[in-house]
Amino acid sequence: MAKIKKSPWVLHYDGSSCNGCDIEVLACLTPVYDAERLGIINTGDPMQADIFLITGGINSQNAATVKQLYDQMPRPKVVVAVGVCACTGGVFKDCYNIQGGVDTVIPVDVYVPGCAARPQAIIDGIAQGIEIFQKRWDEHHELKKNKGEVSK
Amino acid sequence: MIYKGIIFAIAYVLLAPFVGGFLEGVDRKISARMQRRVGPPVLQPFYDVRKLLNKQTISVMTAQTFLLMTYMVLMILTGFMFFYGTDILMCFFVMSTGATFLYFASVVTSSPYSSIGAQRELIQMMAYEPAVLLSCVGFYLAAGTFQVAEIAGGDHLSYFLQLPGFFVAFVFILTIKMRKSPFDISTSHHAHQELIKGVTTEMGSKNLAIFQITEWYENVFLMGVVGLFFVNSNVYSVIVAIVAILLVYFLEILIDNSSARMKWADMLKLSWVVTLFSAGVNLIILMVIR
Repeated sequence: MAKIKKSPWVLHYDGSSCNGCDIEVLACLTPVYDAERLGIINTGDPMQADIFLITGGINSQNAATVKQLYDQMPRPKVVVAVGVCACTGGVFKDCYNIQGGVDTVIPVDVYVPGCAARPQAIIDGIAQGIEIFQKRWDEHHELKKNKGEVSK
Repeated sequence: MIYKGIIFAIAYVLLAPFVGGFLEGVDRKISARMQRRVGPPVLQPFYDVRKLLNKQTISVMTAQTFLLMTYMVLMILTGFMFFYGTDILMCFFVMSTGATFLYFASVVTSSPYSSIGAQRELIQMMAYEPAVLLSCVGFYLAAGTFQVAEIAGGDHLSYFLQLPGFFVAFVFILTIKMRKSPFDISTSHHAHQELIKGVTTEMGSKNLAIFQITEWYENVFLMGVVGLFFVNSNVYSVIVAIVAILLVYFLEILIDNSSARMKWADMLKLSWVVTLFSAGVNLIILMVIR
């Protein structure tokens, strides 16, 4: 079975974040934290991404965009919600335009709490996401193999 | 002679992806060190391609895969012909044809980002083509033949001594060909440019893997041309050529990490001026001497 977890490419989308978490996400890529040593690349392209990193809550404006970005990503894919706003809506939860966390539109795999989430926590969240990413592929492969045996 | 050519050509087809991928891994490692980072493992490009091959294929246009495959086949053919020892001019013509298929592959999706990237790819071709053709002319003037086998196998001093201006022009446009900053205007290895990913925006999973492998073939071929400036029938010249190739590769990484992206008009002007002055002056001197 192929080890695909060595090359997780990240797509970063800023929902309605205050930019606090975005700056921390970018800090992960700087020489201090150097996420690329784990093979993590921040691509701007959903078609090439494996892990969907979302900061900020979901409002009526960006709900469709988040859903479309998620649909454009090829399987297997993992969603990581970064920051408390992306997890639950945070301090903006009761605002008239906020629907809540990212899980109101798409399924979320890893929640990284914090306001703002620390770079260490974000990298840990991605690392957990990577394991799920590999597991999904393994399960899919297993399923395909078993199906092949049945049809034979 | 023919057997030797076939062995070289087959070795190119089989080994070039590994050499190219390894060179890219080293490139990423050195780049990281230049930025005071640890950097990914040297084998990271292979991990990336393995993952891309194992992901679900989503393509906007089914024709894209076919066009990219054609791009790859033509690129392999270019290197095959070069290492077999045929006409160098023909090699570059086949390479340009392949590059046109890359243009089609990205413009066929009708996505605005990849369309603009494709237009810029054509401008890049305009920028590097004069230097490439002049290099062929330079080889002809120095060696009296376009045949790679005869250029590389002659009993002469390295043609680099006669063609330093052509070499400078070729290394200059190599930055464009290898998609290195400041000339990575159509697509970039680095994150987030104004065109998302330019030419490769609409290429996911398998298609991107094909593109990546073709890049490796292309880089090895281009490094072969760099080596051609140094090789003669003497065995030691091969060592000189390999050292020169590694130095040129390091120079490209250094340029990549120490410069910002240019606008396309500036790139076109600069590359033509450099081509005209270094290769042109070299050409005049060569013609006067002969």
